[in-house]
Amino acid sequence: MVDTSVTLSGLRLTNPVIPASGTFGFGYEFAELYDINILGSLSFKGTTREPRFGNPTPRIAECPSGMLNAVGLQNPGIDKVISQELPKLRQVFQKPVVANISGFSIDEYVECCGKIDAQECVGIIEVNISCPNVHNGGMSFGTSPESAAQVTRAVKAVTKKPVYMKLSPNVTDIAAIASACEKAGADGISLINTLMGMRIDIRRRAPVLKNVTGGLSGPAVFPVALRMVWQVFEAVDIPIIGMGGVSSAQDVVEMMLAGATAVEVGAANLKNPMAAKEIIEELPRLMEELGIERLSDIIGGAH
Amino acid sequence: MQKSVYEIDSNQLIARNTWQMRLLGDTGAITRPGQFINIELPGFFLRRPISVCSWREGQLTIIYKVVGQGTRYMSGLASGTKLDVLCGLGNGYDIEKAGSQPLLIGGGAGVPPMYALAEELIKSGRDVTVILGFNTAEEIFYQEEFSKLGAHVRVTTADGSSGVRGFVTDAMEGDFTYVYACGPEPMLRAVYERCADGQFSFEERMGCGFGACMGCTCETKYGYKRICRDGPVLERGEIVW
Repeated sequence: MVDTSVTLSGLRLTNPVIPASGTFGFGYEFAELYDINILGSLSFKGTTREPRFGNPTPRIAECPSGMLNAVGLQNPGIDKVISQELPKLRQVFQKPVVANISGFSIDEYVECCGKIDAQECVGIIEVNISCPNVHNGGMSFGTSPESAAQVTRAVKAVTKKPVYMKLSPNVTDIAAIASACEKAGADGISLINTLMGMRIDIRRRAPVLKNVTGGLSGPAVFPVALRMVWQVFEAVDIPIIGMGGVSSAQDVVEMMLAGATAVEVGAANLKNPMAAKEIIEELPRLMEELGIERLSDIIGGAH
Repeated sequence: MQKSVYEIDSNQLIARNTWQMRLLGDTGAITRPGQFINIELPGFFLRRPISVCSWREGQLTIIYKVVGQGTRYMSGLASGTKLDVLCGLGNGYDIEKAGSQPLLIGGGAGVPPMYALAEELIKSGRDVTVILGFNTAEEIFYQEEFSKLGAHVRVTTADGSSGVRGFVTDAMEGDFTYVYACGPEPMLRAVYERCADGQFSFEERMGCGFGACMGCTCETKYGYKRICRDGPVLERGEIVW
């Protein structure tokens, strides 16, 4: 019997597979198809202080081996997430969850993280400083080491829960930003968010997305994500949650060999709502084939 | 929602750029006319959402227009091909509100879901009138099929090559208890202006088709709704244009 468990900042997951924020809602659509308690954890829809509609539609565009989204952090706001979404989520998922928090100011991150700190069901706070689809916030905090460190420090001051900073790949030096977060007290790093891209409708001669640009995800970004996880693993000593185009158990192993302790599965859930389940079921078989007894032994194993 | 493998029974051209595909598989997840399926196509990242035209136990029919690379690919698929399908998506039409004489309006690719709706309404004893709107005579399909169900059928073409010249709104005269509509947004809006109550089916680009990605959200008078999950059918009273 192989051991698929991993540990993130003291939180033991039965397996490293976590649906990525924004691709799994608050879990209950997927719970119609399978018992989602088999997941290692799940990262819920990015939450802000105020309710947000997000961007105008179209918000979605297809790409070779992936998709663009410009949803723009649609969510009901932190208070409703706590009072309505989390109780519903608890009915279908009983393990600790990853709370994905976004903001437009340091105050907003602090307020949301302070509120989520009181939620027993939250195991890890994943602070999104990397959303490419909102203006005057989101990604702008994640594109310089100084501002990334500032958010990290501010959030760490208001919560005892492990804080993972979710980084943007739309930067020149991902390792410098990860290191700055680590020095500022981050308990871990999540990466990557989506890569900024766009498509143009050649008949209308206009951008497909109403927001013009969107975030690219799916298998197209996997090699970029893997490279960045590799670089961040070299730069920091805190755990990494790796994500970006992960679609199979092979991808999970590859991501872990690059340095990830756990792995988030994103766009794959949208194409195939059973993706996370299929990956979890395939992992033990693949581990046996590769002669891996304990999955946690391979973290960073390719360095 | 259900995910399963379907086999193509037939796939044929029935009007200009318009194809009818019959699929064999488990239709147990479909509960109402106006719901849709989301089809995975090899070589394309996103699934293709297509409304259900009709269904029986073990088989369903879709009618799709070739408008892009995905639907072009679909038109080349042979009988016997297996497809991965998410079935029973969306809310569908509520037939309880129809009254005794409902009017059904389909424009172009919005015609197919009206077929199963007409079938159910007629089965439940309603006197059904259907307006089918097309650009031109070559695009007309299912006129006879609707007649065979027992519906009163009115056809409009924008160029006047068949039926009433003009748009579906040019054929709306009469006393009707309720309106059901599916078609391009300008058509929906024109119908909306001409009726007191009804249900309207909307289209939007979708990521997942089952409510997870928030890719297709619209504003309504009752809050934000996901076209794929809380729609595609909205009641007249909640629509915000």
